[in-house]
Amino acid sequence: MAALRSFAPAIVAALILIAPFTGWLPDYWVTLFNYIGISSLVAIGLVLLTGVGGMTSFGQSAFVGFGAYTTGVLTVHFGVSPWLTLPAALLVTMAIAAAVGAVTVRLSGHYLPLATIAWGIAFFYLFGNISWLGAHDGLPGIPALRLGGHQLIDPKEYFVVVWVAVVLAVIATQNLLNGRVGRAVRALRRSTRAAEAFGVNTAAAKLLVFVYAAMLAGLAGWLYAHFQRSVSPGPFGVVAGTEYLLMAVLGGAGRVYGAILGAAGITVLRDQLQNLLPWLFGHTGNFESIAYGAVLVLVLQTASNGLWPILFGPPPPPKPPTPRDGDALPAKTLPAPGARLLQVQDARKTFGGLIAVNDVNFEVESSRIIGLIGPNGAGKSTTFNLITGVLPLTSGAVAFDGHPLQAQTPQRAAALGLGRTFQHVEIVPDMSVIENVALGSYLLGRAGVFRAILKLDRAEEALLFATARRQLQRVGLAEVAMQPAGTLALGQLRLVEVARALCLNPVLLLLDEPAAGLRVGEKKALAKLLREVRAEGVSVLLVEHDMDFVMSLADRLVVLDFGTKIAEGVPAEIRKNPAVLEAYLGGVA
Amino acid sequence: MSAPLLDVRDLSVAYGRAEVVHNVSIQVTQGALVTVIGANGAGKTTLLNALMGLLGARGAITFRGRPIANVPLEARVQQGLCLVPERRELFADMPVEDNLLLGGIRRSRAERNQTLEQVFSQFPRLKERRRQLAGTLSGGERQMLAMGRALMARPTLLMLDEPSLGLAPRIVRDIFQILTELRASGVSILLVEQNARAALQVADYAYVMELGAITTQGSPAEIAQDSRLVESYLGLGGNDY
Amino acid sequence: MDTTIFLFLLQDGVINGAVYALVAIALVLVFAVTRVIFVPQGEFVAFAALTVAALENGRAPSTPWLLLALGILAAIAEVVWHFRDLTVKRIVRVALLDLALPVALLWLTLALAPMKLGQLVNILLAIALITPMGPMIYRIAFEPLAHSSVLVLLMAAFGVHFSLIGLGLVFFGPEGSGTTPLSSASFSLGDLVVTGQSVAVLIVTAALLVLFALFFGRTLLGKALRACSSNRIGARLVGIPTSAAGQFSFAIAALLGAVSGILVGPLMTVFYDSGFLIGLKAFVAAIIGGLVSYPLTVIAALGVGFAEALFSFWASNFKEVLVFTLIIPVLAWRSIYAPYHEESE
Repeated sequence: MAALRSFAPAIVAALILIAPFTGWLPDYWVTLFNYIGISSLVAIGLVLLTGVGGMTSFGQSAFVGFGAYTTGVLTVHFGVSPWLTLPAALLVTMAIAAAVGAVTVRLSGHYLPLATIAWGIAFFYLFGNISWLGAHDGLPGIPALRLGGHQLIDPKEYFVVVWVAVVLAVIATQNLLNGRVGRAVRALRRSTRAAEAFGVNTAAAKLLVFVYAAMLAGLAGWLYAHFQRSVSPGPFGVVAGTEYLLMAVLGGAGRVYGAILGAAGITVLRDQLQNLLPWLFGHTGNFESIAYGAVLVLVLQTASNGLWPILFGPPPPPKPPTPRDGDALPAKTLPAPGARLLQVQDARKTFGGLIAVNDVNFEVESSRIIGLIGPNGAGKSTTFNLITGVLPLTSGAVAFDGHPLQAQTPQRAAALGLGRTFQHVEIVPDMSVIENVALGSYLLGRAGVFRAILKLDRAEEALLFATARRQLQRVGLAEVAMQPAGTLALGQLRLVEVARALCLNPVLLLLDEPAAGLRVGEKKALAKLLREVRAEGVSVLLVEHDMDFVMSLADRLVVLDFGTKIAEGVPAEIRKNPAVLEAYLGGVA
Repeated sequence: MSAPLLDVRDLSVAYGRAEVVHNVSIQVTQGALVTVIGANGAGKTTLLNALMGLLGARGAITFRGRPIANVPLEARVQQGLCLVPERRELFADMPVEDNLLLGGIRRSRAERNQTLEQVFSQFPRLKERRRQLAGTLSGGERQMLAMGRALMARPTLLMLDEPSLGLAPRIVRDIFQILTELRASGVSILLVEQNARAALQVADYAYVMELGAITTQGSPAEIAQDSRLVESYLGLGGNDY
Repeated sequence: MDTTIFLFLLQDGVINGAVYALVAIALVLVFAVTRVIFVPQGEFVAFAALTVAALENGRAPSTPWLLLALGILAAIAEVVWHFRDLTVKRIVRVALLDLALPVALLWLTLALAPMKLGQLVNILLAIALITPMGPMIYRIAFEPLAHSSVLVLLMAAFGVHFSLIGLGLVFFGPEGSGTTPLSSASFSLGDLVVTGQSVAVLIVTAALLVLFALFFGRTLLGKALRACSSNRIGARLVGIPTSAAGQFSFAIAALLGAVSGILVGPLMTVFYDSGFLIGLKAFVAAIIGGLVSYPLTVIAALGVGFAEALFSFWASNFKEVLVFTLIIPVLAWRSIYAPYHEESE
């Protein structure tokens, strides 16, 4: 059964490729399937870009246009062989996508899709106004692909070309997503902050996805040009761009196979509407456009997650590889116990007129657990963010292991060995628990995009997953490793975050309310784990509201109120400190 | 005894799969000041947001004898239920006076103008600053404006979420003074507070909330003596981890 | 370029910019209240111009039929989405606003059209026919998605745009038409010939902008709409019904769109799909204004109009390319200096 499962995609792929030659499929449908395949490529790119990476693009059709026009110009004007224009088409789209993406992917929120609309329209008019691209009339007379002396003109033969490309794109995309960089990309949409905290350069990851998606669109454009045998600006406008987006959404944004389903659904729907509606209403009109818009709105209103999840449920998580014996990741040498590790000196943070952190001083020594406590709004989380580089200091200094952290970024903090958890859990809900944890060891791996696509990253992946598995065992969640993280309870997710932070091989663990939502037994296990970690030489800075928990665990406590440090000392002293009692229970009387 | 003004039975609230308020039952009688105290993260804010209708919830909520669990938020305001939220949620780019007038948008013009005078007499500070933008007010003034805006709707039951949060002790004293005056003027109050001592001093009845559930209830005097209160705040319960 | 050409381009740019300004502030308003980036705003412009054109020719426009179709859809949407809390009040309201009103307007149009009662009647009738479409579209497409992200709403807006373009072709046909100028007077200012239509455009736009400012600055209703954009939770807590606010903002948007259409009708030949480009250029202005600031949006709209005039003089083929590229540096700048916080899902 397991064997069948792993061969199933190959069997399906083979069945697809021989389908047109069985004689069951009329030519009309073969042609339609060619268009479906070409659109699928664009939609697969969009699934990666929008569904996985969280960047909505209305402009993918422009990249299809670049692919199509590149081969059109090279073959028509310069007589270059179509096979040689394939790399040229990919390179042109890559270069343009890199340039456009460098500006676009840095945009936040809804500015990003708006920008894609703007340059989508600009490119559309550009195609229509350049004379050597044939302006609005386009370029006719593009040669067909040739195999030896044979021209691939028959839709059945072209079907094989298109669907081989689709199958390869699916495999490459799946491999990419299951690799180390792919995990970082999958974290972009829902937990950018977590990805950054474990060393992912999110801007670069976004650009990577953007270029990858554009190149798939460029490939689609190349296929389109040689199937259609002519190009004109019409199919590369923003309306087409929206259509590709609709395919990705309809299929189920985030699902690679869903892209094919969506492309098929939309292409067939449009085709049938074009045939059916004039027959129904008697005269030609833009009926398909009406129905089309209505379908889009209805899909968003009733099935905003798309059709694939409704039809096929959640995907099985990829099986992580197991390591060969003897291989191990390099271990980190930890500083001697008691050495000064983190120094916070006169740290100050103001937001407008509000002083959130007011000249706070404290130190963390290695192999110690330090608790940072205070009532709601005391400035604990802000202090945390100053140390981890999420927020810049207004004044003062933070030094870690002798390095001043003036220009601290989350990525730099991760590289120095600061592993953290988040007050509001930052995990990727549709990724398995163990993959979430493996994101923590992002900086310990090297494999990039190409190794992932070609599956040359397996040995390294095995090591990363072995580390992840070990840390999951330590927090007691080994048995849920393969579940989607979104199905876990809040308390368990906090432990997943602890395991992920441990995967970084941290020198200092920064835990933001790790015990919130845990049951007593779980809290005891967590306390035991933290003592173990301390014994290994790792320090812990703990923000916690459960006083029993923090008091019984911490070597020393730092108490903040209104952004100011009001007390510091061992737990027994802090309990009796009148200023602390006042801060917590209120002193109105 | 007559039926309570607000009667909440077995209310549970969940964010996605995580339930953060479990089977909470509380009552507020007409004219009383009832407080729900508890440490950070106990689920107090979630409880209030569910009562107001900002969050969906399971369970029964009866207000002035009518079930309101399925009534939309704006209709709850119309019926006299108002919330002063923890984050104040003022209209920062609008003047104080406009913030107040919008608070009375569900009332008639005459009622609105009359209530505005009352609010100004209750909060003279707001009258002084009536032309100033809400975003430029100090923390204490913002809290007063948030309360004033809620009072503009002429609530039967005023719910306040951590009115003392982030305020200096002197201003907290002023705010609680105003709460006592309000109760004296006939407004029923449901007060959610972390600042337990302050809340217990003004309340008629108190609930202690821990980990999403009501664990203790009684008169403020009983609660203040209860060692569980200090435990739930400073962890003297001897739970050793 | 000499001064005469410059002044001519300036006049051209300012007039186009004034129309973009009206469309753009409608976009800003709708976004502020409902978070919908209302791509089809331009369709109101085109449909209004085509309505007036038909009335000028003594033909009954198809607009009331379109309105009736939207009304029926809105009524169906209301019944489907609110099936469980249908009250008599609700049913009466639906029957009156979605069914009786379009039928009454249809009857009125059929009765008035052959009489050729003149420009003022034509304009008023066009406004009356277009304005109710706004809230109907809101209730059909956007209200059920009110809690979705900006992106989902944006995609839905594209869906509505596709449908409206298709409906536009069905109801108005593929022919373009222009309308009679509001004023046929013209006078010279040095070398420059100023047409009465240009003056009319500027006066109407300025008057509407002043009314708009008064409405939002002085009336409680206007302030309530501003409150929705200032603080959504705060607005809900004081009891402002979000659905009514959304419908109202769409009504104003449709009204502004109709007026814009009446203004551009004499300036160009309007086709059923001409609105898209007008809407998109207004969009550039709205985005430069950050989708929040009305004064900045008006200035940006005048800038877009002027840039378009300049570009069409220098490189008329690449006019659109340049206008839409203009937005990218602005977006990049906004993104760096005024970061917008991601919405939580």
